[in-house]
Amino acid sequence: MIERALARLARVIAGASVRFTVPLEPPERQRAYFGNHTSHLDFILIWSALPAEARLRTRPVAGADYWMRGRVRRYLATRVFHAVLIDRGGHGALTGHVREESSSRHALSHVRDDTVVPSHARDDARGAMRTIEAISEAMGDGTSIIVFPEGTRSPDGTLLPFRSGLYHLCQLKPELELVPVYLDNMTRILPKGEVLPVPLLSRVTFGAPLRMETGEAKRAFNDRMRDALLALREQ
Amino acid sequence: MPTLPTSMVPLLNPILARLMAGVLALLVIGTIVGVVLARRATSETAKATVANLNARIRAWWVMVVVFAIAVATGGVGSIILFAAMSFLALREFMTLTPTSRADHGVLFWAFFIFAPIQYVLVWMQWYGLFAILIPVYAFVTIPGRMALAGDTTRFLERAATVQWALLACVYCVSYAPALLMLVVPDYAGGRTGLLFYLVLIAQLNDVLQYTFGKLIGKRPIAPTVSPNKTWEGFIGGTVVTVAIGTALWWATPFTPLVAAVMSLVITIMGFAGGLTMSAIKRDRGVKDYGTLIEGHGGVLDRVDSLLFAAPVYFHLIRFFYVP
Repeated sequence: MIERALARLARVIAGASVRFTVPLEPPERQRAYFGNHTSHLDFILIWSALPAEARLRTRPVAGADYWMRGRVRRYLATRVFHAVLIDRGGHGALTGHVREESSSRHALSHVRDDTVVPSHARDDARGAMRTIEAISEAMGDGTSIIVFPEGTRSPDGTLLPFRSGLYHLCQLKPELELVPVYLDNMTRILPKGEVLPVPLLSRVTFGAPLRMETGEAKRAFNDRMRDALLALREQ
Repeated sequence: MPTLPTSMVPLLNPILARLMAGVLALLVIGTIVGVVLARRATSETAKATVANLNARIRAWWVMVVVFAIAVATGGVGSIILFAAMSFLALREFMTLTPTSRADHGVLFWAFFIFAPIQYVLVWMQWYGLFAILIPVYAFVTIPGRMALAGDTTRFLERAATVQWALLACVYCVSYAPALLMLVVPDYAGGRTGLLFYLVLIAQLNDVLQYTFGKLIGKRPIAPTVSPNKTWEGFIGGTVVTVAIGTALWWATPFTPLVAAVMSLVITIMGFAGGLTMSAIKRDRGVKDYGTLIEGHGGVLDRVDSLLFAAPVYFHLIRFFYVP
């Protein structure tokens, strides 16, 4: 109920028209939807644009530092979107929310919720790997996720370099389907640093599913994923 | 001091009922013609044209029903309808116009302060403030707010764009429901009668210019702006629209001669509005403003003929007919 209403609302605010370059078949298949990231509305928008069968099985991966702050956000993240929340100070391997203030770390130390995936080593690769393992566990066999491989919101809408989270996740789950999702105009609707959205029109474009190739190097993989996402902008 | 609306127009007075019946008859004829054409079309291009025509007719049914409900509820319904159209038109306009990151604040003002206040003023029938809110108060506040945001790149262009968007999409469109403010003595059509006549003539003109253009259009009026607007379409559409507008003089407070002049003014201003919005679209490299109404492009594509016609029609009536 609430989630359906919110999905509607998000699409109305963002005036979103949704396009699928190829149909998502079957809709319930396990996937990682990865998008470009410019606003806090991004994952809600991708989530709301998914067909209902896919949406029910999809959890966004989001930064605990933002979504566990405040009762409303926490309710939305844990009860409505069932987000896989990751508590990571600075390394932002997969999600959009690199820690913005140092105080958020302290705020989090009070939070005990089983949906928060802890990551103790904040800046080293091992901490990142532990986060990825936890996400993979949360996905199980059937849950899809929404991720933003840039690791943070782009301030001006240009696509930032990809972090390595998606690559490491695919090493654990080589069969995972990766669907690029390009969000147009979100940077004008709710840019980084603004609280109030301006209701312009936006567009959500789902690309054809991709997969990691056997023995593919991290650099080549990231470039291929990034190019697939950029290609959707031109269409 | 503003005066609150005291009485709502009675539900569908005889004049409105007759106009409505006429519109429904037109739509029924249009639908039948559409069905016949769809059966006859053989070539691919003909099929595409007929499909587009039928999409337009379907959209017309929806628009007519929505408009009829809005008019039948008297004042408030029409105000809400046009407020929603302003909001959607503004959103389409601003989406296609490049703005800077620093304009976020004034864009928020445009959507959530100026547009709502303008329609509240229409509802309050506070003509004095309604007429100057955007030309004066938006003009003297938006550039300052924009300068505070600190980005000086193409500053004048950006400030002018937001001001223009508000004038076109909010101020001009709000003149249509503002017709409810005008009380013409001894006119049986009520306040919504004036509104109905304006919308009917402007939209009829759109349809007729499009139809004549498709049928006999050859010489484009402004080929760089819109190849679809031809002299044949313009003249044919104007002549028939003015003829219908004159024949409907009984639905207005006008004499037949004045009804002819009024329809002519509406058609010419409607054409000017459509051409202006085409020029903006052409500059931005798009064909339509949106995808909300099937076959019609966006809301802005549908109200462009009202933009310049509504204020002129309003002021002509206010000057000559309202004591």
